[in-house]
Amino acid sequence: MAAAPFLLLAPGTLWLLIFFVWPTLQMLLMSVSTGSLDDGYQVTGSLDAYGTAISRFPKQFGNSLLYGGAATVLDFLIGFPVAYTVAFRGGRYKNLLLFLVIAPFFTSFLIRTISWKTLLGDEGPLLGFLKHSLGVLPAEFTVTGTSFAVVAGITYNFLPFMILPLYVALEKIDPALIEAANDLYASRWQAFRRVTFPLALPGVFAGSILTFIPALGDYVNATLLGNPQTQMIGNVILSRYLTLNDYPLAAALSFILMAGIIVAVTIYARFLGTEQLTG
Amino acid sequence: MADVAVRLTQLTKRFGDPAGRRSATADGSPTAEGVTAVDHIDLEVEDGEFFSLLGPSGCGKTTTLRMIGGFEQPTFGRIELQGEDVTWLPPYRRNVNTVFQNYALFPHLSVFENVAFGLRRRKVPIAEVKRRVSEMLELVELPGFERRKPSQISGGQAQRVALARALVNKPAVLLLDEPLGALDLKLRRQMQVELKRIQEEVGITFIYVTHDQEEAMTMSDRIAVMNRGRYEQLGDPEVLYERPRTRFVAGFLGVSNLLPATMDGQADGYAAFRLGDGTTVRVPTTVLEDQSGSVAVGVRPEKIRMHETDQASPPGFNSLGGTIVDASYIGVSTQYIVRMADGRRVTVYEQNVERATKSELWKTGEQVVLAWSPDHCFVVEEGGGAAPESDEELNAVA
Repeated sequence: MAAAPFLLLAPGTLWLLIFFVWPTLQMLLMSVSTGSLDDGYQVTGSLDAYGTAISRFPKQFGNSLLYGGAATVLDFLIGFPVAYTVAFRGGRYKNLLLFLVIAPFFTSFLIRTISWKTLLGDEGPLLGFLKHSLGVLPAEFTVTGTSFAVVAGITYNFLPFMILPLYVALEKIDPALIEAANDLYASRWQAFRRVTFPLALPGVFAGSILTFIPALGDYVNATLLGNPQTQMIGNVILSRYLTLNDYPLAAALSFILMAGIIVAVTIYARFLGTEQLTG
Repeated sequence: MADVAVRLTQLTKRFGDPAGRRSATADGSPTAEGVTAVDHIDLEVEDGEFFSLLGPSGCGKTTTLRMIGGFEQPTFGRIELQGEDVTWLPPYRRNVNTVFQNYALFPHLSVFENVAFGLRRRKVPIAEVKRRVSEMLELVELPGFERRKPSQISGGQAQRVALARALVNKPAVLLLDEPLGALDLKLRRQMQVELKRIQEEVGITFIYVTHDQEEAMTMSDRIAVMNRGRYEQLGDPEVLYERPRTRFVAGFLGVSNLLPATMDGQADGYAAFRLGDGTTVRVPTTVLEDQSGSVAVGVRPEKIRMHETDQASPPGFNSLGGTIVDASYIGVSTQYIVRMADGRRVTVYEQNVERATKSELWKTGEQVVLAWSPDHCFVVEEGGGAAPESDEELNAVA
């Protein structure tokens, strides 16, 4: 009987060992290897790949941080009012509204991003209309192929990952708490600032992590909506791995990204206060 | 005479329909599509008074309280607070504070910050905030709890924090919405005494909403017994218990025996009423108000004495013959159900004193005579008044 909890844990543990721990170790070993695809790779303990990764790709790392960060902030600014409205004003339409938030995601990530490319294209329905029918934009105005388009694409693609945790946190708030704040002389805004928002912080934390981490590693938006100057670190990893077959460098880049994320999230958790996350 | 703390004038709240739209039912009587939770209430609560709104769920007591607090806007009518019209003011502009049903303590703030919340919003200087919060925690007997979070204290303690959080602002009126509802019986009793002590100590007007008649009676200076959006009777606990005016009040506060009767003349300050089985009972004319139509004469079970059929009732007492059909020994008293000649049942409580020590408790099947002083009678109107249990359709708005 005492073994029961361990038996229940076994499938999950095994899964993690095979599909997470083992590949991660492999990648770690790869990042300190030298060689080529044709001659094979030997673990030599060389840190050259790390050196190259840091010295050659600061711009791409910077782009990832910048675009991922900007998209996370934008998602928060767009997502909070949506989550708030659904949670507090949704009434019996709550489920329908939540469905509408997720509905676009029944189509593939790629299709959606390609549609954006079409929508935002130089002669697409939006810009074409503004340029030729209304004439409010100059003919050379372009959106696709800019960092703006990349950030917009990431913002769009990760919005539900922000809205859903925010909704869960806001929905849990007892409306009586807001009444209590009003009763204790807090205006609507003060009640929001002192009660609603602090209580929604766990959702803000979860939502921003869920948006920021995958956004950092994203390469699809930069590929489809950006230009060579807007390459993110994901694009570099992709090309090193699949095109140039420089496995050690790809592995080293991945590890630097992972380490960066862990450090950033730890600082962020400290900043928001662990008590809010557990309480 | 004390000043008026709260005055309600024709206060009305309807839920769920455009105000006033009505449709006719098959029998032609008009019914509102929505629910009238509070129906043209006029009420004055005096300064410094412990006032209770008592009634079953759905009677409109909580809605009335929420309108005074500003959480609900009336469909019609006016609310004055110390002479000032506050009907349309938001909660944060009213000098009232509320103790909520489930306390509604802010889970992310410490006990200290919970209590200080109102003072901080009013920009009270820090030193004074500290002084007043610790004074208040002293008053509710929770000194030393400042740094705890609401999740780290018990229900009874949370209750005291909620009280402190409201009282620290020195409101003109404190509103309490079934504040003891979530506590167990023993703690409830203890908190009832405590609440009354605190109210007397701070001298603030309390308006207390409850469905528990014992709770209302223990603490209140005056009680309004509410039913179907109106109050049926208003008075101090003793008057409500001894002289209920309606069938509903008689049934909601304690247990009553109500015997349908018709008036049969008056003499010497007493009115004679003929009961269903032909017996006549006397009632002091002082308890008669302008009850019209068919009435019922009421008497509380503990006012009735029982004796053998061959004994005479005390002179001037009302008496009735009957058969004991049920006897239950409760400890402090024994409860008997006595069936009268016309089949009506009368409940009698007898203190377990002489008969109990002599093992001579009445037994089922014995013939007895019930006797009680006319002064213990009250008269209620029959028919119209709804019984407490028949208003389930209003429960939704509780």
